[in-house]
Amino acid sequence: MSRPLRLVVFAAGAGGTAALFLLAVLDMPPFGSRFHPYRNHSVPAALAHATANVVSSVNFDQRGMDTLAEESILFASVVVVATLLRKTDDEEWRKERRGRVLDSTLLMGWILLPYTLLLGFDVVAHGHLTPGGGFQGGVVLGTGIHLLYVAGRYDMLRRVRPIRPFEWGEAIGTGAFACLGVAGVLATGAFLANVVPHGTFGTLLSAGTVPILNGAVGVEVASGVVVLVSAFLDQAIGLETAPAGGGKGGRAGNGRDAEGGGNR
Amino acid sequence: MSIYAYVVAGWLLVMGSLGIVRSRNLVHAVVCLGIAQSATYVLLLGVGYQRGAKPPVYGSAPAHPSLHVMDPVVQAMTLTDIVVSATVTALLLALAIQIRKRRGTIDPDELTAIEG
Repeated sequence: MSRPLRLVVFAAGAGGTAALFLLAVLDMPPFGSRFHPYRNHSVPAALAHATANVVSSVNFDQRGMDTLAEESILFASVVVVATLLRKTDDEEWRKERRGRVLDSTLLMGWILLPYTLLLGFDVVAHGHLTPGGGFQGGVVLGTGIHLLYVAGRYDMLRRVRPIRPFEWGEAIGTGAFACLGVAGVLATGAFLANVVPHGTFGTLLSAGTVPILNGAVGVEVASGVVVLVSAFLDQAIGLETAPAGGGKGGRAGNGRDAEGGGNR
Repeated sequence: MSIYAYVVAGWLLVMGSLGIVRSRNLVHAVVCLGIAQSATYVLLLGVGYQRGAKPPVYGSAPAHPSLHVMDPVVQAMTLTDIVVSATVTALLLALAIQIRKRRGTIDPDELTAIEG
């Protein structure tokens, strides 16, 4: 399809979508109104389970099943990315290259590394009390580790951060979530039921299973981010086509031939 | 202007899709998909908004908790949405890297023939 024709087809589709969307919006409750039926049910349910952060209660208590599915999507995507970007036979690790890092960058990196990791743990641990939780804190933890890369060198990051434990962490986090769900079945007959005592409202030990599930998700997300970023970093910096491949032009062709020979 | 936020969501969706259609680079297309998907964040948060209401996070044990908070259900769905968006982005970028390796280009217009 030519580009102009494609734009015409798109204009028809987008125009139709926009018209239907506008019709739907005009019939919705007005923006900022007091009509929120979901909220009226979810807030009392969260307070009944001593959860200060209602969003966390929705995510990990009231609809924990959906979060398990969401976590599985994350898990599957990390596995697929790691599989797609794994080292192939015609690639090899690049020789260590020594670059220069500014002293100020180095200093900031080493100051921010412990601070960021602490912040990540804090966001995960208080997910049921303040805005935050396993997903947000996990991303802070996973990216915080890569300050090692910003403030140092890639080969240093690869030495300090072995990837195997993070692959395990990814699986353990997902598994722990599912196991807590099964514990709910054994205790009350409902999957992911809030079986742990709810504790005192507003304290660290409250909300029952919510902080435990937050921790499991935090481990999984942090590990998943590390595995993802390492896969992309390997592609960008760590790996190069073996000299036998004959430079960039031959790279595409060789990869194709090699695969064709193996699969057909 | 009570539908302004919803119109912004629709605009983001259409513009993101337009970017994908016009794209000459798969990485650019992935970014456009991210923009189109951000329409759902605006729409969901717009649905849950209430004028003058507080965030759905309670400080200490409320004796008579006020129900007038933003809708936490759509906020939780937005979080789910962001996580899925991030994983989809990672997946598509990994595919773009593979396509670049196999076919030597990431221009969608040059990737016409199907290869198995």
